Amino acid sequence: MTTLITPTNESSSGPWGVKRLQAKFRDFGIVFGLLAIVLGLSVSTTTFLTPGNLINLVDQATVVGLLAVGATLCIISGVFDLSATATLAVSAITGIWISQTFGFAAGFIGAIVAGVLLGTITGLIIVSTKINSFIGTLAISIIYRGLAIVLTAGAIVSPPAEIAESFRFFAERGPFGLTWASILFGVTVVVLGLMLSQTTYGRRIYAVGGNAEAARLSGIRTGAVRVGVFAISGACSALAGLVLISRAGSAQPGMATGLELTAIAAVVIGGTSIMGGQGAVWRAFVGVMILTVIANGFNLLQWDTTYQQVVTGALILIAIAADSLFFKKRNS
Amino acid sequence: MSHTELIAQHGSPSAPQIEVRGVSKVYGPTTVLDDVNLTISPGEIHAILGENGAGKSTLLKVIGGAITATSGSLLLDGEPVTLGSPRDAIRHGITLISQELAVIPQRSVMENVMLGRWSHRAGFAHLAADRVRFDDLLDRTGFTLDPDATVGELPLGIQQQVEILKALARGARVLCMDEPTAALNDVEKELLLRVVREIADRGTTIIIVSHFLEEVLGLADRVTVLRDGKLIETNEASAYTPASIVSLMVGREVDPIDQPPAEVSPLAQTVVDVERLETRHVHDISFALREGEIVGLAGLVGSGRSDVLLGLLGAEPRRAGTIRIRGAEVKENSVSSAIASGMALVPESRKDQALLLGRSVTENVALGTLAQRSFGGWVRRRVERAEVSRVSADVDLRGVGPDTLTVDLSGGNQQKALFARWLLHPPALLMVDEPTRGVDVAAKARIHSLIRDLAARGTAVLVVSSELDEVIRLSHRVLVMRHGRIVDEFDRSARPSDILTSAFTK
Repeated sequence: MTTLITPTNESSSGPWGVKRLQAKFRDFGIVFGLLAIVLGLSVSTTTFLTPGNLINLVDQATVVGLLAVGATLCIISGVFDLSATATLAVSAITGIWISQTFGFAAGFIGAIVAGVLLGTITGLIIVSTKINSFIGTLAISIIYRGLAIVLTAGAIVSPPAEIAESFRFFAERGPFGLTWASILFGVTVVVLGLMLSQTTYGRRIYAVGGNAEAARLSGIRTGAVRVGVFAISGACSALAGLVLISRAGSAQPGMATGLELTAIAAVVIGGTSIMGGQGAVWRAFVGVMILTVIANGFNLLQWDTTYQQVVTGALILIAIAADSLFFKKRNS
Repeated sequence: MSHTELIAQHGSPSAPQIEVRGVSKVYGPTTVLDDVNLTISPGEIHAILGENGAGKSTLLKVIGGAITATSGSLLLDGEPVTLGSPRDAIRHGITLISQELAVIPQRSVMENVMLGRWSHRAGFAHLAADRVRFDDLLDRTGFTLDPDATVGELPLGIQQQVEILKALARGARVLCMDEPTAALNDVEKELLLRVVREIADRGTTIIIVSHFLEEVLGLADRVTVLRDGKLIETNEASAYTPASIVSLMVGREVDPIDQPPAEVSPLAQTVVDVERLETRHVHDISFALREGEIVGLAGLVGSGRSDVLLGLLGAEPRRAGTIRIRGAEVKENSVSSAIASGMALVPESRKDQALLLGRSVTENVALGTLAQRSFGGWVRRRVERAEVSRVSADVDLRGVGPDTLTVDLSGGNQQKALFARWLLHPPALLMVDEPTRGVDVAAKARIHSLIRDLAARGTAVLVVSSELDEVIRLSHRVLVMRHGRIVDEFDRSARPSDILTSAFTK
C-alpha cells in the first residue's frame, strides 16, 4: 500500500523550536522558581543555608507534603479530596485508640488501615453517586469530623506515656540528621511518583483525569481507578496524622483542619493541572517546598508574616492562570 | 424598529468588495500563507478549498479578523483596513462563524440572535422590540425559526441558522463560515446550503471553507484552491469537478478511493453474531458479520447508529439480547470484557471520546492495551516504544515523534493513532464511527485503505458514517437504521438515493 502524499505539516499552530522551549519552560519553570527563592534567601540571610534550618524546613513540609502527594493523585485523576484532613483526624484518633489496648504497632497499622478504609468509602460514595467530588468530599469531610467528635466525645486523646514515646519516633533524627518524618515523606514521594509515572495504574490515572470517556471506551474501569486514588489519598492522610501525633503526642477531632486546602494549593503551585490529566508527584514536592521556603524566608528576614498570605495567594493565582492558559491553548 | 431603521442602523446592506493583497502568515520557520492575492465580489459565495494545513482556515481567519497577517493587506471596497480582532471585523460587517458554535444553549433563539444587543427601556428588557427586529431578520433571510425555542434543544443545523441570524443582526454583510456542514446530517446539510444560497442571493457575501467538495461545488459561485499556503487557482465553480479539485489540492494523484473491498471468502467464519440487542436507544438489533466483512451502518444522525456500536461495546447498558464473538457469548456487560472478547471501537469524536490531548502519541496508542505489556503492573517502556512504533508505521503515522503531544497532530494523524491503538490488540470486530470526519483527503484515502486491509486480513468491520458515499464505498453491505431499529439492508451496488429514501421514510 503506497500513498503518494507527503505527511502534512504538523506545526500549523506554531513552530517546533518555540513550542519545545515553551513546553520545557512549562515543565521545569517551577523548579527554577524554587531555586531562585532558595538562592535569594541564601544570599540575603546567613541563617538560611545552615543544616539546622534546612533539616527543619523539610520537617515542616512533611504534613502538608504527604497530603499534597495524595491530592496530586486525586487531582490528576480528575477529583478533589476535601475529606483528606478529616480522614487524617479520624485515622489518627483510631490509631491512638487502638494503641491504648493493643500497643504501638497495632495502633500504627490501625491508623493506616483506617485511612485507607475511609478513603475507599469516600471514593465509593463519590464514584457510585456520581456527585461532584468537590462538594461530595466537602460533605463527607463534615461527616468524618463529626465521627471524630463522636469517637472522642470532643476531647483530646493521647496514648499512655510509654506508647506515646514510641509514637514520637517520626520526630526523631535519622540519616543525614533528617527527621524520620522527612524520610517518610521522601519515600512516599518516590514510591507514589514511580507508581504514577511507571505503572499501568499510573497511566490509567492520567487517562481517567485527562478524558474519562476515552478511558472508559478503551476498557479502563474509571470508577475503580478513582476509588483506588481516594484510598491512596486516605493512606497519605493517615501517615500525615501519624506525623502529627509524633509531634503533639495526641490527637483531637479538629486537628489539621484546613490543611487539605494548603495541600491543594501546593499541588497547583507545583504545576499539576487543576483540570486533571496532567501533573506529577514531584510537582507536589516542589510546590510544598516553595510554600515552606517562603514561610521560612519571611521568618528569617523578619518580614511581617501578614504579607506571606498575600504572596501565597498570588502564587496560587499565577499558577492557576498559567495552567488555564495552557489548557485553553491545548483545546483551541 | 422598522426595516428602514434597521438599514440605517447597520449602514448600507450591500456587501463590500473584499480584496486580499499579498497576504502572508508566518509562524517561526513555517509559512502558512504565502503571498495570497484574492478578490471576492459582493454577494458571491466563495469557497476556499485545500488539504488540512493548506492554509484555508488561516486565510478565512485573516479575513474574519481572528488572525493578523504577517504581511500584506486587506481592502474593503478599495479601502485598506486593519482587522485586529473579530470585533474589529464585525464593525466592518464581517463575521466569522467557526465550527464550534458560539450559542448559549440554555437560552432562547431570540435571545441568542440579539445577544448583547437586546432592546431595552431603562435597562429593562423590551421583548416586543426584540421581536420586531427578529421578525424583520426572518423576513430578510427567509428563515423559519421559533424565537422562543431553547437553542440547546434544536438540531445542530438549526443552531447554525441561529448563529447566522445573530451575525446578520449585528449587521454582517460578509459571513466567513468554517466547515459549516461538518457536523450536520444530510437533511440538515441540505437545509443549511439552501439557507446560505438564499442569503447570498439577498446580497450577503459568503466565504466558506469545507471538506465536502461536491456540496461546495454545488453551492459556490467561485472557488479558490490553496496548497501549502499558496493560492493555486481561483475560478468559477462550474469549471471544476471534485476530481479536478482534488488533483489541484494535492498536486498529484491520490489513491483511487473507489477501490472495492476484497471479496469475503465463502468459507469465512461468522465473527460476530448479534441477536435482538436492546439498549436505551436501540431496539431489536440482529445481524451477523463474517471474517473480512465490512458492514456499514447508515441512517440519519440520531437514528441510533452510534448507539449500536456503544451497545455492542458494553458502553451503554445492554437491556436484552445476546452478543457472540466467534461463537462465545459475551456475558458481562462492560467495556473491558467486550474488548477482552475481541471488540474495539474507534469512536465518533476523537477529542471527546478517544484522545488524551495533553499526553504523548505513545501514551495514547498504548492506552487500550496497557496490561498486555506490563510486568507486575510496571509499564515496560522499551517494549511499549517498540510496539507503538511498529503499529504507527503500519498506519502510516509519518513525521510524528513518539513524544509528540496528540494535540499537536493533524486530525488525520489523530485518527490514524486511534487505529494504531487497536492494532496492538487486533480485534475480531473493529467498530469505526465517523472514521474520516475532519481529516484531509490524503488521510481519508489512507484510512479507507487501512480499513480494507484490516478486513482483507480477516477482521470484521462495522462502519458508521454520516457520509453516505463513504459507507457505500467501504462496505460489502449497508444496514439502514431509523428510530433505533435496523429497517433495511442493501449490498454495495445499491444506489445512494435508495438508501437515503430508506433512511428517511421507512
